[in-house]
Order: sequence, then C-alpha cells, then structure tokens
Amino acid sequence: MRPDPEELLRRAEAEDRQQTRGKFKVFFGSSPGVGKTYAMLEAAHRQREAGRDVVVGLVETHQRAETGALLAGLELLPRRPVTHRGITTEEFDLDGALARHPDLLLVDELAHTNAPGCRHVKRWQDVRELVEAGINVYTTLNVQHLDSVNDIVAQVTGVIVRETLPDAVLDEADEVELVDLPAGELLARLAAGQVYVPEQAKRARESFFREGNLNALRELALRRTADRVDAQMRNYRRDHAIDATWPVTERILVCIGPSPFAAKLVRAAKRLADRWQAEWIVAFVETPGYATLSEERRTSLLSALRLAEQLGGRTVTLTGTRVADALLQYARSKNVSKIVIGKQAGPLWRRLWRGSVLDDLIELSGEVEIYAISGDLGAPEPALAVVGPRPPWPQWAGAATAVALCTLVSLLLRPALAPTNLAMIYLLGVTVVAMRCARRVSFMAAFLSVAAFDFFCIPPYLNFSVNDYEYLLTFAVMLTVGLCISGLTARVRQQAEHAVERESQTQALYQFTRELGGETRRFEVARLAGRIIGDIFSAPVVIFLPDEAGRISLKRRTTEQLPLPASEEGIAQWVFDHGERAGQGEDTLPGASATYLPLGTAPRVHGVLAILGEAVRLPERRHLLEVFAGQTALALERATSGAAAAEVARRMEAEQMRNSLLAAVSHDLRTPLASITGAATSLLAHGEGFDEGTRRGLLEDIAEEAARLGRLVNNLLEMSRLESGAEVKRGWHPLEEIVGAALTHLDHRLAGRAVKVDLPPDLPLVSVDDVLLEQVLINLFENAVKYTPAGSPVDLVAGREGDAVSLEILDRGPGWPPGEERRVFDKFFRGPAGNQPGAGLGLAICRAVIAAHGGAIEARNREGGGAVVKVTLPIGGVPPESPSLA
Amino acid sequence: MLSTPELLLIEDDPGIRRFLRASLAAGQYRLCECETGQDGLAQAAARQPELIILDLGLPDMDGVALIRQVRSWSQIPIIVLSAQGQESVKIAALDAGADDFVSKPFAVGELTARIRAALRRSAGLPGGGQIFRAGRIEVDLDKRVVLADGEEVHLTPIEFKLLRVLVRHAGRVITQRQLLNEVWGPHHMEQAHYLRVYMAQLRRKLEVEPARPRHFLTEPGVGYRLVGDLAC
Repeated sequence: MRPDPEELLRRAEAEDRQQTRGKFKVFFGSSPGVGKTYAMLEAAHRQREAGRDVVVGLVETHQRAETGALLAGLELLPRRPVTHRGITTEEFDLDGALARHPDLLLVDELAHTNAPGCRHVKRWQDVRELVEAGINVYTTLNVQHLDSVNDIVAQVTGVIVRETLPDAVLDEADEVELVDLPAGELLARLAAGQVYVPEQAKRARESFFREGNLNALRELALRRTADRVDAQMRNYRRDHAIDATWPVTERILVCIGPSPFAAKLVRAAKRLADRWQAEWIVAFVETPGYATLSEERRTSLLSALRLAEQLGGRTVTLTGTRVADALLQYARSKNVSKIVIGKQAGPLWRRLWRGSVLDDLIELSGEVEIYAISGDLGAPEPALAVVGPRPPWPQWAGAATAVALCTLVSLLLRPALAPTNLAMIYLLGVTVVAMRCARRVSFMAAFLSVAAFDFFCIPPYLNFSVNDYEYLLTFAVMLTVGLCISGLTARVRQQAEHAVERESQTQALYQFTRELGGETRRFEVARLAGRIIGDIFSAPVVIFLPDEAGRISLKRRTTEQLPLPASEEGIAQWVFDHGERAGQGEDTLPGASATYLPLGTAPRVHGVLAILGEAVRLPERRHLLEVFAGQTALALERATSGAAAAEVARRMEAEQMRNSLLAAVSHDLRTPLASITGAATSLLAHGEGFDEGTRRGLLEDIAEEAARLGRLVNNLLEMSRLESGAEVKRGWHPLEEIVGAALTHLDHRLAGRAVKVDLPPDLPLVSVDDVLLEQVLINLFENAVKYTPAGSPVDLVAGREGDAVSLEILDRGPGWPPGEERRVFDKFFRGPAGNQPGAGLGLAICRAVIAAHGGAIEARNREGGGAVVKVTLPIGGVPPESPSLA
Repeated sequence: MLSTPELLLIEDDPGIRRFLRASLAAGQYRLCECETGQDGLAQAAARQPELIILDLGLPDMDGVALIRQVRSWSQIPIIVLSAQGQESVKIAALDAGADDFVSKPFAVGELTARIRAALRRSAGLPGGGQIFRAGRIEVDLDKRVVLADGEEVHLTPIEFKLLRVLVRHAGRVITQRQLLNEVWGPHHMEQAHYLRVYMAQLRRKLEVEPARPRHFLTEPGVGYRLVGDLAC
C-alpha cells in the first residue's frame, strides 16, 4: 500500500514549520531528584563550549549545591517580579527572553503553573511560544505531570498532582532525554541530603519517596520513553518506506457521559489508543434529557471533551434518543472497530428500570468490540438535581388553588360518587398544574392532592386517619400516578423548550451565514458579524482587522466606541499572530476584560473577535461563539478572495480594453495622419506646380485632419484619465454657465443650426466638476452634429426631477439604431454609417463622467424622428445658501 | 502704431517656433526667439519686448516661476501656451500675473487675436472717461451707468463691482481667485459659488441669450473673460 497522500502532505507541512521553529528538548525523569536539571546544565555547558549562545531563562536549584555550581559561567536572564494580591513572586520573563532571543534557552520545570498576571497560565505555553519564535529550548519534566498518567500516579502513590500538562507537549518535543536513576540510588541520594535539605528530605521520604512509588514512577517514565522511541522507529520506517505494509489504523470510539468519571474515561481511552496505535474519537450522545442536566455537570462533560482534544483525540457530539443506537450508527459510518464505555455505577434497580447503555451496546454491537472500563465506585453518583429557575410564587399559589378547587368539586360530588372516583378529579387537577407549572410545583400539587383527598373525601372526614386500609393502596397509586404525570409533563415541556432553543440557534446561525454571504467588502463583513454576534450574545463585540503589514490596531475596529481598555491591543495582536484564543476564561491572559478569538486558523487568521465580560462563561455558549467565529472567518476569507478575483477581473478588462483600444485607434490615427502626410509631401514636392486652388485645398485638408486628430487624442487622453480614476473636483455650479461654456466652445461647429436651449430659471446649483460636465455636453452636441444633416436643429432641455436635475439633448437626425440604445455608451461603439470618423469614445466618456457623479445617462429615440440623450445628475447635497441678489 | 512691436517667444520646440516665426514675423511683428527660460529672462530684461509668448513646459525652469520673476520688475503682457486639460497650471500662471493663455494645439489666428488684444490693452489701459462697448452693451465706469440697447440697466452694487473688474481686464482671462479677491476681498476666497451666481445674474441682465453668452464667457475650471468690441 502506498503512503496516504494527505498524510504525506501533513508531514511536509510539519517539516516546513520545523524550519522556522526552534527545537526543544525535554530532560524527562521519573521523579524529583533524579538529576534532570543537572543533566540539562551539563548539556548546556557542552553547547556553550561548542560556541552556541546559551542563556539560562530559569533554573530551580532547590538549594542543591552541585546544581548551583553548574550555573557558574552561564548567562542568567533576570526574573520578572509579579505582584498578585500583595504577594510578589519571581517568574520567568517571557518577553525578556523573546527580546534577548538567544540560540539556546534553559527553562526548568515545564509543568510549572505561572503566577496570576503572567501572559500564560502554564509554563509549557511559554515554552511553546519561545519555540514558535525560533528559540531552541532545553527543559525538564517529571512523568507524574503528564495528563494521561495523572490518575495512575494518583492511584499508585496516593499523591494528587495538580500541575499537569497535555501529553501533546511532550509529543511535540524534538528530543526527549530520559534521565534515569534506580530507586535505591535515588533514596541513597535523598538520605545523603543531595535532593532536599535534611528536614524536607525526611518528610519527602515518608510520603512520596517510598521505594514502591519510585519503582512505579520509573516504570511509567521508561514506558513513556519506550513508546516514543517506538513511534520514532515506526515513523522512520514509514519515511524510508522500509515497511512493505502500511499499517491499517484502527479507530476507537469512546463514549462519555455527564459524570465526573468522564475525564478518567478519556485518559484511559488515550492510553488504549496509544497502545493500539489507533485513532480515537470521543463521543457524547446528547439525548433529550441533556437539557435537564445541571450546569455543573454540563461543565464537567465539556471539560472532558476538551481534555480529549488536548490529549490528541477527536471529539464529536451525537444526537439521538437512545445512546446505544446513536453510537453504533456513528461507529459503523466511521469504520470504528472498538467502542470504549464506562461501566455504569448505581443501584441495580435503576439499571433495570432505565436500561443500561452497556447492555444495549453489547446486545446490538454485532462485529464492533465493546470495552467496558470500571468507574470510580468510591465516588457516589451525585443525585439528579432538580434544576431550573426557582418557580415564581403565582405558580405555587395557582397549584394550591387548583387543589382547593378539586376539593370543592369533590365535596359537592361526594354524596354521588365513590371516593376512588373522586381521586380522578384530583389527578385531573395535578395534570393541569403539571402542564402549566414547574416540576417542583406539580410535585407539591401531587402530595397536596393526596393529603386533601384523605382529609376531605375518605371517612372519617376532616381527619387524616383512615378506616378502611384499602385506601392506602389508592393513596399510593394516586401519588405515584401524580408524580409520574408531573415528571413526564415537565420533561416533555423541557424538551420542547430545548428544541425551540436549538431551533433558534440554528435559525440564528442560518440567518447569520446568509447575511454575511451577501456582503463582499471585508470590513462590512466584519462590521455586520460583530453586530449580529453582539446581539445574539447580548454583549459588546468588537472585531479587529489587521492592516496590510499584519498589525492589529484598535483603530481598525468595527464599533464607534472602544469597549476595551486600550492597553489590550497587545492581546489582540498576540491572538492574531498565534491564531489562539486568549483572555477571559482562557489559559492565556485570563485577567483580560474580554475573551479574544482568532478568526480563522494560523497561518490564515483574518482578524480578531473580542467579546466583553462573562457572556461566554458557559462552555456551550463558548462553543456557539466558536461556530459563529468560524463562519465569520469563512466570510472574511471569501471576501478576501472575492476582492482578489475582482482585481484580476479588473486587470483582465484593462488588458482587453488596451487591446481593443489599439485595434480601434490604429485605424483612426492612421487615416488622418495619412491625409496630412500625403498633402504635406505633395506640397513639398510639387508645390510650385499646383495652382492656387489645389494648394489651398491641400492645406485645408491638413488643417482639418489635424483638428480631427486633435479631438481623437483628446478623447483618448480623457478616457484614460477617467479609467485611472481621475478625481471629480466638485463645486456648486449653475447649469446655465456650463451649458453656455460648451455652446461657446462649439460655436463654429453649430454654425447654421437652430439651437434651442430651454433652461428653467429656478434650476438649483448642482455639485459637479464643471470641466468634466462641459466635456460631456461638448461630446453630446458633437455627436448630434456628426450624425445629423447639416442645418438640422439641436435642442437642449433641462428640468428638475426631485433631488436631481435632468438634461436632454435632442436632434432630428436618423436616431439610434433600434435595439442599440444601451450599447451606444460602450467603448468603441460606432454609429452604423461606419464612415464617420471617431474612435467611439465620446459617449463612453460621457457615461464614465456621469457615473463618477452618481448620475445616469440613457439614449432613446425621439418621437417624430431623431435621437435623445438624457442625463440625470443628482444635485449632490444641499446647495449652499445663495447670496441675496437684491 | 509707430513701429513694428517686438515680441519675445520662449519655446523649446523648434516646430512651433518655426511656424510662429513664419506667421508672426511675416508682417506686423518682430520676433526674438529663446529656447530656454534662463535665456528668455535675460532677453526680456535686455530687450524690453512689448509682449512675451511663453511655453509653460520649458525644460530648464518652471514657467510660473519665470512669470513671477518678470512681474517683479515689469508689466509686459505675457501670453502662455499650455497643453489642454491642465487647468491648474493655467490658473497658477494667471494668478502669477500672466495675461492670457492659449491651449495647444491652437490655430495661428487664435493666437494673433490674443496678441492684438493684449497689445491694445497695454497701449491704452482703460482710464477715466473711456466707455466700454460690447455688442448692445455700453458701460461707463465713471458715471456708473450701464446701458443695454440704449436703455439703462439697474445693477446691484456687487454686480456693478464685478462688472467693473471685468471691464478693467476686458479681453483677458481673470481667474476665480482674482475676481473673488477684487470683488469680495481676501476673506471670501472659498465662496466660488457666489461668483457664479452673480455672473449668471449679469448674463441675465446683459446678454441676449444667457445660455449662449457672447460677452461674459466662462473658461471652465479657470475663470471668466469679458469680450468687448475693443478686444476682438
């Protein structure tokens, strides 16, 4: 089998990234005191002697003398004091290190948690940023800090390690050097005071440093390292195609639920996946009951999903009414071979009552293998909390009234009906209450009904005691039925509400995508997206777009006011540069006033979205926001490529324009030039021989052809000026003046024609470029002159049309060719006669000028014969106050 | 005129120099030609010509700067030659003190008409007692009387002020800036539309066909020109 092309591509990309990234090496040990820091410093000294620029970013010597001695001769980066709530601690100075940019930087204790106020929550994030910036890093790590073995460590040693880091960090390391020390020797070093100062050593020996613990940890570290070497070996074989067979990757599906056990299940799955060399997917099946879960449990579920992503698994949320069905359907569609599920704890009766997912799976699984992992039986399943907001008091009052009403009816009917039938009236009441009120309220109504039934309807009346013990059964059934009705009705209602909410989210997203889809300008996309997301999340949202240089500036934003402190510009820039989230609720800069999301994924980040306050505190809201951010990124991407496509189209059009220009113009330039050259050369050669009349004729030809050439060149220049986006120099002008200037200019050409000008005296001033508009009128008149018989009249009629003025130029010539009224304004369109000179630019220039003024130009044929061109120009605002002419 | 007036032509293109030499030197004028601005300045000072024809696209110096230098010591009429479409250059030249402009390409007749008008103006500047005539219009600046077809036309003070400036510079182009400055003073330079409204008003009162003016002409983008009987 050949290597999967996508896999090869991924590896090529990873290698590309490696080129600019720094390398990072982890000195990996099984427990404190094995000598990781010492080994790291020794290696650093060797590198320094080899001539590399080595700087110690941060090293904890734990007051060990030998280690301290090794620091001598190395450059130390000053630590950064961080003050939080009055306590000052010294932390690693990330920005200092980035600025110093050494070739090799030493940063001890990769799993360390930074003090609040640092950029990142964890030190491994600092290291990742350093490596991304091209700095080589040496660092140290103990096995117990790895996420995937965290729970095993806790089981084995009884010590819960709080500082953990994702396994992916260790997997990303370019080199891992195992620093190994047998348990006996470590204990000996501890006893000799080489690890901790004597008093600490004593405590340590009693709790953590027991031989059994140390051996277990050592085994974990060795196994982890062996796994890595094994993976490297496989990669090597794959890269060099040593393996003839390409391993078929297995896929395992892990099903988690909303229990605290989910995280443990995820970790176990990760270990299994590693062992089987399988791709793993963590699934959660969202059943209708999801809506009734407490916020706490939903949070624990979503954090388990997140843990899975951190550990390198894929996550998916399925929907279905029965967990087993949804899981198996998905498993079959993805060729999953193994399903891992937790053994459900809880009393037997509940499993019998509700059925167990595990039993269903085993029954239906067919060819898919099922693995069940035991849950932590010590931790009791938290009781199903009754959730929802506290019901308002009218509901309680209403329920009480309903029971009272039932009692009243029962009292009236008591003489006529058997008591068991009166119970039905109370059940009806409970049903009505359940349909309208919260579950708690209808539960109360059920209890109250039984009490009232007993008190009022069962002899002896007005007494809770019962004569006939048969009624106890009636009470029990009545209560059970009442509670069931309450529970079921409430559940149905909640599911309906949940469905409505999902529907509205889907609707919002659909609406969002559609609105963004219609927008092609990047900034408008961002502005629209910011506004809609802000509405949906009811929180101020700002989107920042980078400038050409890739800088985020708070000035390039989508809102008028800036709802953020200006000091957070750096956060937006960081998010943009790294393509990772930061700010509130994130691991990076959690102290910020907003949550910052990159729009897109590195290296194609299109902008940064900031949402203020706690609007996305809940994981689902956050997830929803991510979906919206993703859509915004897509729309921005589309707008960017749209702009690029438009640019290409514009260039092609310009190119085409140039070509047709050459074709059209070459003829029109050459014809007059030929006449001029011919006439001039014949005059030069035979001038004396010609009679006066001939000579004069030739000279007149030269002058006329030169004038024609001049007009053509003028039009060409004007067109190219307009095409290159000449600026329109607007001013407030009376139309009369511009018309007058054009007519003066054309005095000679209009000689012998009746020119009727109809300009109403009350026309307003219009905001136009007078030079350009004069050119339009000249071209229109010239066109009329060119295509009409000499001596025929030309009229100009102007008028006001709302916020615009119109100008019509009418002639009595042959009119426009039918059906071509629109095309006459195209460049290089020529009249049908074909014998008229000109490049077909005059009317095109008119259209360009009028368009630049935001007006319209159209051609039509005149009633009774002739052509009409109508120009409509917006007045262009409120004309300035005219001077009083009195 | 007593003797043939001497004209100074500052133009670097030999073709244009040749046909101007042929048509101008043929009869009425003596022509002195210079190829560069520096040479032109020197000749203008040495020869004291009666008119300068200046090409604005000189290779060695800015034509507008040359006009300013000449104006620092002389009121010799200057006619500039400039390419079409360069309204801003024309305005700069006129504001620097040029009297008129002709756009290339131009017919010789057009240029000689402008030369004649400029020489006439410099020979007898409209002083007191002179009456300006343009078609049916008669203006007596001293008596503040304006007649059209022999009947008195009533003008507002500003209209009269504007007309007076136009009459004083009759035949030549006056930029909007110059007009605004002279009529309204230096504080209203941005109110170009005032000027346009008053010009329209003058045309309505004095022209036969205001939309096809014969005397109060517009040079779009540049300014106005009053064409009288004397000037043409």
